[in-house]
Amino acid sequence: MKPEDLLIPRREGLYCPPGDFFIDPVRGVDRALITHGHADHARAGHGHVLATSETLDIMAIRYGADHAGATQAAGLGETIRIGDVTVTFHPAGHVLGSAQIAVERDGMRIVASGDYKPRPDPTCATFEPVACDVFITEATFALPVFRHPDAADEIQRLLRSVSRNPERAHLVGVYSLGKAQRVIRLIRDAGYHRPLYIHGALQKLCDYYESQGIALGDLRPATVDAGAKGDFAGAIVLGPPSAFGDKWARRFPDPLVSFASGWMQVRARARQRGVELPLVISDHADWDELADTIETVAPGEVWVTHGREEALVRWCAMHGIPAKPLHLVGYEDEGD
Amino acid sequence: MNRFADLLDMLAFTPSRNAKLSLLQDYFRTVPDPERGYALAAIARDLDIPAVKPAQLRELIASRMDAELFGYSYDYVGDLAETIALAWPEKADIRPGRNDAPGLAEVVETLQASSRREGPGLVEAWLDRLDPPGRYALLKLVTGGFRMGLSSRLIKQALAAFGKVEVNEIEELWHGLTPPYADLFAWLEGSGPKPVNAGAAPFRPVMLSHAIDARDFEKLDPADFAAEWKWDGIRVQATSERGISRLYTRTGDDISAAFPDLVDAIAFDGALDGELLVARPSGGGIETGSFSDLQQRLNRKTVTARQLRDHPAFFRAYDLLQDGAEDLRAAPFAGRRLRLEAFVSGLNPERFDCSEMLAFDSWDELAARRADPPLAVIEGVMIKRKAAPYLPGRPKGEWFKWKRDPFLIDAVLMYAQRGHGKRSGFYSDYTFGVWREPGELVPVGKAYFGFTDEELVAIDKYVRNNTIERFGPVRSVRAGPDTGLVFEVAFEGIARSSRHKSGVAMRFPRINRLRWDKPPGEADRLETLEHMIDGVE
Ligand SMILES: [Zn+2]
Repeated sequence: MKPEDLLIPRREGLYCPPGDFFIDPVRGVDRALITHGHADHARAGHGHVLATSETLDIMAIRYGADHAGATQAAGLGETIRIGDVTVTFHPAGHVLGSAQIAVERDGMRIVASGDYKPRPDPTCATFEPVACDVFITEATFALPVFRHPDAADEIQRLLRSVSRNPERAHLVGVYSLGKAQRVIRLIRDAGYHRPLYIHGALQKLCDYYESQGIALGDLRPATVDAGAKGDFAGAIVLGPPSAFGDKWARRFPDPLVSFASGWMQVRARARQRGVELPLVISDHADWDELADTIETVAPGEVWVTHGREEALVRWCAMHGIPAKPLHLVGYEDEGD
Repeated sequence: MNRFADLLDMLAFTPSRNAKLSLLQDYFRTVPDPERGYALAAIARDLDIPAVKPAQLRELIASRMDAELFGYSYDYVGDLAETIALAWPEKADIRPGRNDAPGLAEVVETLQASSRREGPGLVEAWLDRLDPPGRYALLKLVTGGFRMGLSSRLIKQALAAFGKVEVNEIEELWHGLTPPYADLFAWLEGSGPKPVNAGAAPFRPVMLSHAIDARDFEKLDPADFAAEWKWDGIRVQATSERGISRLYTRTGDDISAAFPDLVDAIAFDGALDGELLVARPSGGGIETGSFSDLQQRLNRKTVTARQLRDHPAFFRAYDLLQDGAEDLRAAPFAGRRLRLEAFVSGLNPERFDCSEMLAFDSWDELAARRADPPLAVIEGVMIKRKAAPYLPGRPKGEWFKWKRDPFLIDAVLMYAQRGHGKRSGFYSDYTFGVWREPGELVPVGKAYFGFTDEELVAIDKYVRNNTIERFGPVRSVRAGPDTGLVFEVAFEGIARSSRHKSGVAMRFPRINRLRWDKPPGEADRLETLEHMIDGVE
């Protein structure tokens, strides 16, 4: 059997003919296996969804309980038969509930890793390398210029800026799933226990993380009712970056705009967004981690998808590892 | 290098002027000599070190990483120094705070003691010891690539605030100081005497005027004042001492190199305040050129023989501050003026003349002269108290500027950009255009001022409701003959410009009035602006 007989790109997403299912399809299908809850991977409107219980909860929070005809939770490490193939979910370390999906038949195993990061994250299970014949890797930050610094050091930069500018409100842009909770947790781990103010778009997912045992401390809504304008002086306010160009941002005193994202590594990207304090914090593997992961997993072949495929394919060629780009459409960079 | 890298990053990302001032002061306070002095020199672009060329940096990185991977990276990042800083393959795990990272002082002093040929090898060894921000700062330092957008005035204000001295004191000293400025910092910290200005031909802080208000005239007696034309050139100071001649802008930037023709003609010992203008070549004497003639000589580091011939610079003197060893600044204007006329009469008449005094008995008479200036490169009149000494800064009640009425056009809002600081969150920077063809608007200028906070909110709302496209912080706004927002735009002057798509450039445009009532189709046409230029020239 060739690997392409087990998984093949289609317009809807990655398709498994012998199991008749898709992984992270971008449009509604009968059977979908979902790696994690980010909107470009998890969509509403499938017939049957198989995912980790956390991912199913997150989909229900985002799309409503009836987002799919039927759902089934996959335990990490549990072997599940689907037709002629078996599938297993393994932690991907990207956001809460994120998983790599191993698909196996007749001794051939392909791992679709979804989005992943190998470094430890206090808000989700740590990435686990899985031996396989074909490793499908993301390439969001697959350029040698992307080397994410230690997130704790970036949080220290934020806290230093807060103490240096006690009269300003720090507006920290964070994506609502994963980045928000990780940044909050890191702020707490740095010893900052004052209230943090959050935009309404973060509330439900923060509540959900709390319910899963991830303590986020004193979170308060960043509304005017919460206090007069001056009360936000020296405060840290978290919200989706899209809210900062908007009316919402005007309630804060002399706001200092920050953004926690892997893209902040590149100065021009930070300036385009009018960011005054770029924080390089990413939930994706950086260049070195992509390379290390491929060396650790040591697959027979690498398929590269969404991002800067050409650079990672080049790296594989330099290291004698067969690799090709998988041209999947419809994936954006939510949650970077 | 890390502290310097931090400073550069924060200065680069901080839009607010006050925040920049406080960042600089914090830096001066916390960083010891000589490092703070070298940093000051680097951001003031006064640091003389052998430069490393971009081609040499490319060779360095090519010896360390795959060319194809570097190519993808450079395509993505777009800046050579930044790409190398980020992609530089680290030999060991380099963590922030690693204690063998070279400091700024070590880097500067080593480079100063080295030859140009040794530069790339030194840089390579340092790159291995630095983290990415440190590498970025190093590469910008050795390529001379700082574009900080910090004026020398702002840097001097930061020094003044740091030392709690007057900014004028810093300006008077500045050109006699050399990096790393240990004597300056010692004085500012109160641990040393005020440095003596060792440099010849120092800058003297200039005296500035207030805009006059209609109500001011009632309080002012015409007999106490003298008046002269306000020329639309560049306010400069020509200074010469012990054989050294310099030309300074009003903020103390030395622009001698851009005007060698004028500097070579300085054959006096003293300091003159005046306006730099360009002449149209004529047989003897000076025929004053237009503002577009002057533009041929602006913003150039070097100047060609052709520019020198076609657009010779000259100096129209307003004031005499120093005559030989004698400092005249404490004398009254009327007395200085008499000395000035005698002084200038001895200078090369093709390069120096005196600003003409305007006789008047009443404010009405002066108003009539202001309304009918003989040349378009005159932007109004200056009114000076005869008894006023020459005081640095902008003292109240001594000098007034009374500008000609502005030009007005109706233009249509085309693009809006989000503002900074107090205006962040609002679309507050506007690009406006006029009609070139029916249905085709061409941008002619940008404005940030001229509306109330309430009007800003209304324009912001209009922008959000009428966006047709977004690129980063900029929105393109719906603008056609029937839908669109018309601004009445006021501006001080207008000239041809090859750098603008429309071919015209306005001086000091601002929004005079919002014309919600006016259909955009009735806004002005480009022809109207072109006629204004013809009138001016
Ligand atoms: Zn994701």
